[in-house]
Amino acid sequence: MKTPELFQIVLLSLHVTGTALLIAAPLGIVLGAWLGLARFGGRGLAVVLTYTGMGLPPVVVGLVVYLLLSRSGPLGGLGWLFTPSAMVLAQAVIALPMVVGLTMAAVMGVDANLRQQVRSLGATSWQATWAVLKEARQGVIVSIVAGFGSIISEVGAVMMVGGNIEGQTRVLTTAIVLETRRGNFEMALALAGVLLALALVINAAILLLQGKLGH
Amino acid sequence: MEQPHVFQLENLAKSYGGREVLRIPDLTIRRGEVFCVVGPSGSGKSTLLRLLNFLEPPTNGRVLFGGYSSNGRGFPPLEVQRRVAMVFQRPVLLNTTVRANVAYGLRLRGERNVHDKVRKVLDDLGLTPLADQPARLLSGGEYQRVAFARALVLDLEVLLLDEPTAHLDPSNVALIEEMIRRTNRKHGMTVVLVTHNVFQAKRLAHRLALLLDGQLVEVSDSHTFFDSPRDPRTAGFVSGQMVY
Repeated sequence: MKTPELFQIVLLSLHVTGTALLIAAPLGIVLGAWLGLARFGGRGLAVVLTYTGMGLPPVVVGLVVYLLLSRSGPLGGLGWLFTPSAMVLAQAVIALPMVVGLTMAAVMGVDANLRQQVRSLGATSWQATWAVLKEARQGVIVSIVAGFGSIISEVGAVMMVGGNIEGQTRVLTTAIVLETRRGNFEMALALAGVLLALALVINAAILLLQGKLGH
Repeated sequence: MEQPHVFQLENLAKSYGGREVLRIPDLTIRRGEVFCVVGPSGSGKSTLLRLLNFLEPPTNGRVLFGGYSSNGRGFPPLEVQRRVAMVFQRPVLLNTTVRANVAYGLRLRGERNVHDKVRKVLDDLGLTPLADQPARLLSGGEYQRVAFARALVLDLEVLLLDEPTAHLDPSNVALIEEMIRRTNRKHGMTVVLVTHNVFQAKRLAHRLALLLDGQLVEVSDSHTFFDSPRDPRTAGFVSGQMVY
């Protein structure tokens, strides 16, 4: 494998996972905060579904997204199958329950009296929710880190909906599978090293943002 | 013309899960007074404060405040609600510095001169040396003083206090009580204080109400309440004979 090709694979991995996280994180934080704070009929079911979603096998997500995007599927008209867009969609679906579930747990961990007390000081309902989210910020950041971790290392879904097409939908994980199958263990190991280094750098960056590194 | 009363309660009732915990047919809280609500635990004192703070709607009846009504259909507008704030028995501060906690309510209101106002209140409550400390590192007394400061810094019409000194040592109790007196005298702020401490009520109150099982037993001025109560249950409560 040549260096430009490796660069392209790394960049596509970052692009797909980054975009999926940009979709899943804000949506997941809002849904998680809502599940953590609101009381409504069917909440228990929503929580069970979220927890189940956190353990959803990526190949199942891949299969469902594949069927949705296939030519005869309901979203077939988009023409996304075997493109990075399909990979983004699959990864966003995998990361979403992770962000929702962990944000919900973090929000539920905040003292339930806080909300009423900031309301007493003049906060609107939204400002009170924001205050609770800020108190839960460590847990919310962990939810993003976990969401990232669940998709940067994911192979089953991106393989199914992306097709591992050279120069188009090949990412680090699918390239590792391919090189291993070919018996190119050195290359597979090198790619694995790049993947781990990437995860390490990004997690360290998130921790730096959190102001926690070195504490 | 300014009304002589700040709160007027009419046929007020509050129930949780079908169980009525508070019923007040009629009660007026006058402008500029320190009004103490005493009674044993579970008598509905904190529920009353939450209704006065518009944190919960009454199940029946209404609370009139500033020309607006808080009832089952809604609360007064936000800017009217913001003229009232409460210091809770078990306060929860934000996980940030003391200064930011005290500034919180002012920032919500988009106020100017936040720094000056915060500095003054921190100084009044002996919190200046702790201003930049994280709130989570404070002792119990300091924590409660910050909770008091974050309400006191606001330009309030009514300050609601729910057992604000319940877990404090005598020096902190004295400081908070002095601040309540000073705020009430200097700024004419109406104070509604809930306590089960009869001695504290006697030290601070202009008028008092005894609440038992969600019902008002007696409302009278401090002199009458302590020296010649109209209801034998009040006499029992203030003399310490009422075991609860």
